[in-house]
Amino acid sequence: MSEAQAPDTRTPKIRLRGLKKSFNGKPVLDGVDLDVMPGRSMVILGGSGTGKSVTIKCILGLIEPDEGTIEIDGRNVLTMSRRERAAVLDRTGMLFQNGALFDSLPVWENVCFKLLAQGRISREKARQRAVEALVDVGLGMGVGEMDPASLSGGMQKRVALARAIASQPDIIFFDEPTTGLDPIMGAVIDGLIVDCVKRLGATAVTITHDMASARRIGDDAAMLHKGRIVWTGPAAELGHTGNPLVDQFARGEREGPIAMELRR
Amino acid sequence: MGRATAAPTAPREPGRVNSPTPLAFRPLDWVAALGRATIGLCRSTGAVALFALTGLSHLLRPPFHPRLFLRAFLEIAWFSLPVVGLTAVFTGMVLALQSFSGFSRFGAEGAVANVVVLSITRELGPVLAGLMVSGRIGAAFAAEIGTMRVTDQIDALTTLSTDPMKYLVTPRLLAGILAMPLLVLVADILGVMGGYLIGTLKLGFSGPAYLKATLDFLQWMDVVSGLVKAAVFGFVVALLGTWCGYTSRGGAQGVGAATTAAVVSSSILILALDYVLTEAFFAR
Ligand SMILES: Nc1ncnc2c1ncn2[C@@H]1O[C@H](COP(=O)(O)OP(=O)(O)OP(=O)(O)O)[C@@H](O)[C@H]1O
Ligand SMILES: [Mg+2]
Repeated sequence: MSEAQAPDTRTPKIRLRGLKKSFNGKPVLDGVDLDVMPGRSMVILGGSGTGKSVTIKCILGLIEPDEGTIEIDGRNVLTMSRRERAAVLDRTGMLFQNGALFDSLPVWENVCFKLLAQGRISREKARQRAVEALVDVGLGMGVGEMDPASLSGGMQKRVALARAIASQPDIIFFDEPTTGLDPIMGAVIDGLIVDCVKRLGATAVTITHDMASARRIGDDAAMLHKGRIVWTGPAAELGHTGNPLVDQFARGEREGPIAMELRR
Repeated sequence: MGRATAAPTAPREPGRVNSPTPLAFRPLDWVAALGRATIGLCRSTGAVALFALTGLSHLLRPPFHPRLFLRAFLEIAWFSLPVVGLTAVFTGMVLALQSFSGFSRFGAEGAVANVVVLSITRELGPVLAGLMVSGRIGAAFAAEIGTMRVTDQIDALTTLSTDPMKYLVTPRLLAGILAMPLLVLVADILGVMGGYLIGTLKLGFSGPAYLKATLDFLQWMDVVSGLVKAAVFGFVVALLGTWCGYTSRGGAQGVGAATTAAVVSSSILILALDYVLTEAFFAR
């Protein structure tokens, strides 16, 4: 990916080529190319409304792109049968930007929903398993029996995170995992995500606006701007990449190429 | 209008330049609008039919969700009972009063029991229960599933190895089909009881005679046709409730619109199908 690393010749876990999507004639994605290598953690940056969430939803098959290819383990998911696609999804986890917890189910059932759906676990086991998973994200006893609607926003986010990783997926997508959390809890969650990737050997794609978090979580980073990936490189370089767009974004400066485009 | 300004302006009658062209002068627009509406109707009818078939096809393919079926079944058959029961009792009472005062004009008061039981079992039981359930259950299905749609919960189901159609739609469709006949059977009994109360307490019929008139006159077909109607109406309410919710978009406002659409469309469809089914059962 960057010259500093030895060239990686493996098949990318996720490979996007020329991904395009418009809504009501308004282009959102305009030819996105992206490679995510197996076992690595990719951070996607970009301004609000640039299509980061749409990109992830395309990969998951929740939105049909207009054009382009999406390969997972070298196989185009867009031409797969429904069954094959479901099999890919079985190995995938997703944390939605707004949590998307099922409010008709108690928290513990939310957390172990996938394990129960796949029949991998009994209901009693799932209850215990959920409590352990909740402790991992800093939620104590009793939360498991509560309704998602009665939790605070940050607590819902953490439950959603626990749900996304409870099935120990191969590929995990996190859409703004630390937004709405206090700084310490944010760091804890970052640690959890890193742990997931390192311990489980999972491949992670994270969307975040938090640069400290991006450097902690990410091996690699990519910047989405105006419907394209304008930069990819090591996440550690964020802030001094030499790319004016990325540097302005990473430092959160008002003046720069992005602000000028806004004004025009 | 936009086309008129783009094209070279056609000569018009002086003094009428600013008045809008009368609609009757533009028959092609009417045809176009009619065609557009027809295509829209066909397209959405086709989409709903496909949705229904997909939902029902999951009845044949595991995994199943008995818990969700049971919840929807109870919601329809048990928790709608107070509303539907009260509707039935009062309808039976009114029927007895009305038919008594109407029939006494030509000395046919004796037919009150028969009129009550026939109207209730054949028509009013299923139709009124259908309308009540559409307001209660159709709206609830649309609002719940619509909220799940706009908060990404339906997408979340997909990523959690669960087919949202199988999970959200199929159990509700089955519950609608099975629970409504049960509910209507109870409503039939309560409706007849309402007529019986008025007949014996107010109109001076003897209790046993009223019951005998009711039972002697009633045929199996009267009840069965009502229950078949109930199953169809239950299916319609569940189908349109889930469909409107499933396809809703646009936040709280979209969910509100979906709820309204579910109740209005299922109510109208119930009345229309009631005619069709009556024709099928009883027309000679
Ligand atoms: N279902 C949809 N229908 C119409 N437009 C949509 C839809 N989903 C997304 N969009 C549009 O696509 C654009 C990108 O949305 P997206 O949610 O991907 O932004 P984002 O990069 O995740 O922003 P944020 O950082 O604020 O979450 C937005 O302009 C949005 O209006
Ligand atoms: Mg987003």
